[in-house]
Amino acid sequence: MLRVTNLHAAAAGREILRGIDLSIDAGEVHAIMGPNGSGKSTLARVLAGHPEYQVTGGEVLYDGQDLLAMDPETRARLGVFMAFQYPVEIPGVNNAYFLKAALNAIRAQRGREELDAVEFMTFVRERMHALDIDETLLNRPVNEGFSGGEKKRNEIFQMAVLEPRLGVLDETDSGLDIDALKIVASGVNAMRQADRAFLLVTHYQRLLNYVVPDFVHVLADGRIVRSGGKELALELEEKGYGWIEAPVG
Amino acid sequence: MSTLDSYVAEWKRAKQVRPGASSLERISQTAFDAFLIHGFPTTREEEWRFTSVAPIADSAFALVTEPRTAGLDIAHLRLPGGPAAELVFVDGRYVAGLSQVGSLPHGVRAENLASAIATPDEALASYLTRVAPFDRSPFVALNTAFLIDGALVELAAGTILQRPIHLLFLATGRNNGRTTMAHPRVLTVLGANSQATIVETYAGPSATGYFTNTVTEIVLAENAVLDHYMRQYEGTGAHHVGAIYARAQRSANCTLNAINAGGALVRNDVFATLDGEGIDCTLNGLYLADEQRLVDNHTTIDHAQPHCASHELYKGILADRARGIFNGKIIVRPDAQKTDAKQTNRALLLSEDAQINTKPQLEIFANDVKCTHGAAVGQLDDEAMFYLRSRGLSAAHARQLLIHAFAADVLNRLPLESIRADVEFRLQQQLTAKLRAA
Repeated sequence: MLRVTNLHAAAAGREILRGIDLSIDAGEVHAIMGPNGSGKSTLARVLAGHPEYQVTGGEVLYDGQDLLAMDPETRARLGVFMAFQYPVEIPGVNNAYFLKAALNAIRAQRGREELDAVEFMTFVRERMHALDIDETLLNRPVNEGFSGGEKKRNEIFQMAVLEPRLGVLDETDSGLDIDALKIVASGVNAMRQADRAFLLVTHYQRLLNYVVPDFVHVLADGRIVRSGGKELALELEEKGYGWIEAPVG
Repeated sequence: MSTLDSYVAEWKRAKQVRPGASSLERISQTAFDAFLIHGFPTTREEEWRFTSVAPIADSAFALVTEPRTAGLDIAHLRLPGGPAAELVFVDGRYVAGLSQVGSLPHGVRAENLASAIATPDEALASYLTRVAPFDRSPFVALNTAFLIDGALVELAAGTILQRPIHLLFLATGRNNGRTTMAHPRVLTVLGANSQATIVETYAGPSATGYFTNTVTEIVLAENAVLDHYMRQYEGTGAHHVGAIYARAQRSANCTLNAINAGGALVRNDVFATLDGEGIDCTLNGLYLADEQRLVDNHTTIDHAQPHCASHELYKGILADRARGIFNGKIIVRPDAQKTDAKQTNRALLLSEDAQINTKPQLEIFANDVKCTHGAAVGQLDDEAMFYLRSRGLSAAHARQLLIHAFAADVLNRLPLESIRADVEFRLQQQLTAKLRAA
């Protein structure tokens, strides 16, 4: 599904990704771990098309198509979803209106008809309950005044509504207490299926107790320095990142 | 022939059609003299520093005494929801055939000035041309000199009018091959404990640079409640100069809403004099401009008496090479203790070339008062743009949502639902085409 080859990216003239190779197939869950500043979040944001980053080399193919040539909305419509590390507060934009517009833009891409207000509410209500999200949240401005936990759950809720093919979670677990973490994890687990893949960017092993990955990659200084199975996460938890820092060359 | 000569010629024509009322005749003469002595304002004057009225001063406009109404389509400008009365003016003259007055509740008067002037009336004698001083503004002087028609809205004490009154001023732009001008006047007098909603709408074609110069005088007696709207939807080539003078007495509640969406050169002055204790005054403003258009809003709230509150929120959206000017003056007189005045103005610039000049002016002569003001100029938030697009919304749709969000708090402060919906629709229409192209 996703083929990342020798990806280099920079922000404000500073190179952050220095040659990432990563291959994700449908049905798989990959975790990217690494110390602060290793480039984990940059990788997630480059995949989503954040304009702050310049891709300086390499290639990303999504279902064989050049992902990097697409604008953010095209990526979203083709099934790429990134849960933000810091979801943006947008005063004055109604959450329900926004989500309905997003859902219908994606449905249109998939050749499905638009949902009207009633159909939309039926569609989202069930998903809200599953993620323990208060229905009044829909009528509030996007993320405005949401608690940290509400914002993260709202991201997973959006993902559940938009049903992406590739879900990229950028440190969704950070700042969550254990109950909220379990809710988020069960939300992700409920979406695991053969034609969908996930890339979990995380600083801690904690999330991976609940969403068990098929592969774990360790990122250091803009490169993947170790890849392995889920045991690698446990090893990192025990030993910290110190032993794994890559020699810069 | 200089353009002032052309004004003299047009003024003589106005004189011929003015309904016979000798007092107005004198005032018109005095006002015209004042205008001729001063001439049009220049950018050397502080009040006009950023706004050159040369496009108006350099043109010879024609006064229309017999407006042509054939083929005028005003359906989209009528007030939705069924107003209590709708008075329609074309090129400044009342057109009964397009108006809908019907039967108004007892104590409510809504009619055109030309016919109201014909019979002696206390409100007219006391207030017409007396609330808006023509010795301080050449445009008010010009309007007073050309006073031949307009609207009179009067509510007797204790009268509550539930449905709004709509005053629609339409320009045709060309008449006998000449570019038109109109100087409509509105007088609104609300008796003690009365309540009304009044909507003024100004509109016209985009193909000509016609000139509309309006003056609205508002008098609120004790406890009167007014919700007033000025919808400026002039054609994109038009010149629009407007002044609203409101004078409120004890415990009155005065809301003045100004929506500016049209015109090439637009200047609005709002003066609210709070001349009694316990008055609550709200000024809401929303203005949109694109291309090379200029919108200048000057507001003055004069706290002349203690214990009054004023709340002012003006927001502007400027695209392309448009220019906005906001000048908000708050005067707190020595006696006006316990004044609570809040002024906020914000501008959203959609292009690098759009400009805003913003200036709050606080003149506070009392010591026990609360006055705050804030100004902010910004662009669309890149992170919010990315967030919306990352969920599948097109860049144009995302921009439109964020612009709408910017305007939302002003829109939410407009009490009349039908106006809110109408303004939202205009905002969307006007910006959507632009954003698609961007």
